[in-house]
Amino acid sequence: MTGEPLLEVRSLRTYFATEQGDARAVDGVSFEVREGETLALVGESGCGKSVTALSILGLVPEPPGRVLPGSSVRLRGEELVGASETRLREIRGGEIGMIFQEPMTSLNPVFTVGNQVSEAIREHQSFARRPGESRSAAIRRTTIEWLGRVGISEPELRHGYYPHQLSGGMRQRVMIAMALSARPAVLIADEPTTALDVTVQAQILRLLASLQEELGTAILLITHDLGVVAQTADRVLVMYGGQIVEEAPVAPLFREPRHPYTEGLLHAVPDLYRRRARLAEIPGSVPHAAAWPEGCRFRPRCPYAWERCFEPPPLVAGSAEGPARQDRCWLEEEPKRRAGAGFGVAVRPAGSP
Amino acid sequence: MASGGCALIRFALRRLLQAVPILVGIVTLIFLLLHLAPGDAATAYFNPNVSPEIIDRMRENLGLDRPIHEQYFRWLRAFFTGDFGYSFGQHRPVSAVLADALPNTLVLSGVSLVLIFVVGCAVGAVQAVRQYSKLDNVLTFTSLFVYSMPGFWLGLMLILAFSSPALPDALRLPISGVTSIGYEFMGPLGKLLDRARHLVLPSVALGIASAAGVARYMRGSMLEVIGQDYIRTARAKGLPERQVILKHALRNALVPIVSLLGLYVPLLFGGSVVIEVVFSWPGMGRALYNAILGRDYPVVMAASFFFGVLVLAANLVVDLLYAAVDPRIRRA
Repeated sequence: MTGEPLLEVRSLRTYFATEQGDARAVDGVSFEVREGETLALVGESGCGKSVTALSILGLVPEPPGRVLPGSSVRLRGEELVGASETRLREIRGGEIGMIFQEPMTSLNPVFTVGNQVSEAIREHQSFARRPGESRSAAIRRTTIEWLGRVGISEPELRHGYYPHQLSGGMRQRVMIAMALSARPAVLIADEPTTALDVTVQAQILRLLASLQEELGTAILLITHDLGVVAQTADRVLVMYGGQIVEEAPVAPLFREPRHPYTEGLLHAVPDLYRRRARLAEIPGSVPHAAAWPEGCRFRPRCPYAWERCFEPPPLVAGSAEGPARQDRCWLEEEPKRRAGAGFGVAVRPAGSP
Repeated sequence: MASGGCALIRFALRRLLQAVPILVGIVTLIFLLLHLAPGDAATAYFNPNVSPEIIDRMRENLGLDRPIHEQYFRWLRAFFTGDFGYSFGQHRPVSAVLADALPNTLVLSGVSLVLIFVVGCAVGAVQAVRQYSKLDNVLTFTSLFVYSMPGFWLGLMLILAFSSPALPDALRLPISGVTSIGYEFMGPLGKLLDRARHLVLPSVALGIASAAGVARYMRGSMLEVIGQDYIRTARAKGLPERQVILKHALRNALVPIVSLLGLYVPLLFGGSVVIEVVFSWPGMGRALYNAILGRDYPVVMAASFFFGVLVLAANLVVDLLYAAVDPRIRRA
């Protein structure tokens, strides 16, 4: 399933100028997406997931945002940070496709969906003319083929529909057609199912999985929904405070989370089989990106925190599993401290079993 | 698209039907207003040398002794059959007066309208794309300055500036009328050029303040659109920035601007009364102005009526444009 590193992100730092100083939205993130795999990027709102995605494509609005020198994004070895706008335009929608969270607002309301999908196809020349066929006829035919391919019934008719005439799920299918029409090597899916209801969510995930198999696309899936991660991802990156706090293959991560933040996220998922008195939440909320806490950024919300956590912990490989797993926590050096603390313990009301 | 066109035609027909009662309302209002005003048409002939009997006879002849509802219906019928009466001031039928004036007004306001929207939208869009740049600040200041100038004063200043003997001949522009002396002897191209040169100053004076207003609106509208998710989508597709702005952003930013058109057209006709007088432009505005001064009631009534019709027509066009620009309107 997984192969060579396709997209390599190294020490990516994207800051935004705010009145309270620089908001360090993404602060030294490194990871790689390998051919054909699904890599999930998980975390709460405000921890830098979407900014990471926009930074990869060079779409961070500037000002107020900026990608700091020393950051590197390589696609098959080619540096994208500081690449020419012309080259970036070839890559956007060509080699890296992107779909967004809100299918309601991500499509332009005044153009037909056919028009919007065909733009991508025309821009990246991703159509083949049949003998005797005109350029525009070939683009139109390819567009309709793609609409059919993403599961839109009567694609010929829907080609002339405006976004407001389609349901949320249909609009997201249109977005997928647009993003995949140039057969990109990587698809960045930023919360692709968050705005959809659960049945439609499952359909969209199945569609993405089957297109991934067909086209061999690698997917960087950005989500806060651990259910979606469990269903689709091969590997998981957990982000907190603009940094990666844990990286692991999907099964081990769910079986044995190492970073307290991951543990907290997993505790916050309702579990049908283990009845708890109440769902454990992570106390507090993500601090503002202009004022990350000193030392470990999760420290103020962490049930294990002790004095050492005022020093920033490094991202280190977990002891047993080797380099596939990494996490950013002093507990790796003092594992004894795990005993007697944790999320379930901290919030269980007194007197309940 | 075929079904879209059909819906557009039905939409247009419905709006056209809705305009009929409004038109009747306008006509009635004009009639009532003139009857509420002191005096009547016969008083125009008040003169110590005319005996009261003659004035009474004149009232009888003109039908002014009849009950008001009878006058109203007679007048209504005449109006809708195109009989607007006789101008006391110009001693010829009102329809002839209007036939001369209407085309001039349409040309002047049409050119002004194009100026307002083309210049306004272009300036606003450029400002939005270059937000907070030096250019943006200069244009913001300029448009506020222009917006604050009264049209008649600006007209006079333009006349002073462009008729100044200090200017070389090539830069001087005509300051009054529609055509120059000797127009009849020009070739077809010369005639067109002469008319165009005469249009420059009045249309600028008439439209520039509104253009500045449109620019302010357009800047805001464009900025809002540029922040939308679908603009990010367009960029993520790899479209060139020019296409992102000129296609995806502009079309959406124009939706609220189109409704401004409906607000600016009545302003334009109101302004044309003053501007046509300042520039001696023989249009409806000047005809109305002279008729009011001369108590030439038939012309006042007919001119007001036509201004009403023009405003209605403009609003119909606005509604159609609105539907054409924004597909979401067509269903309603």
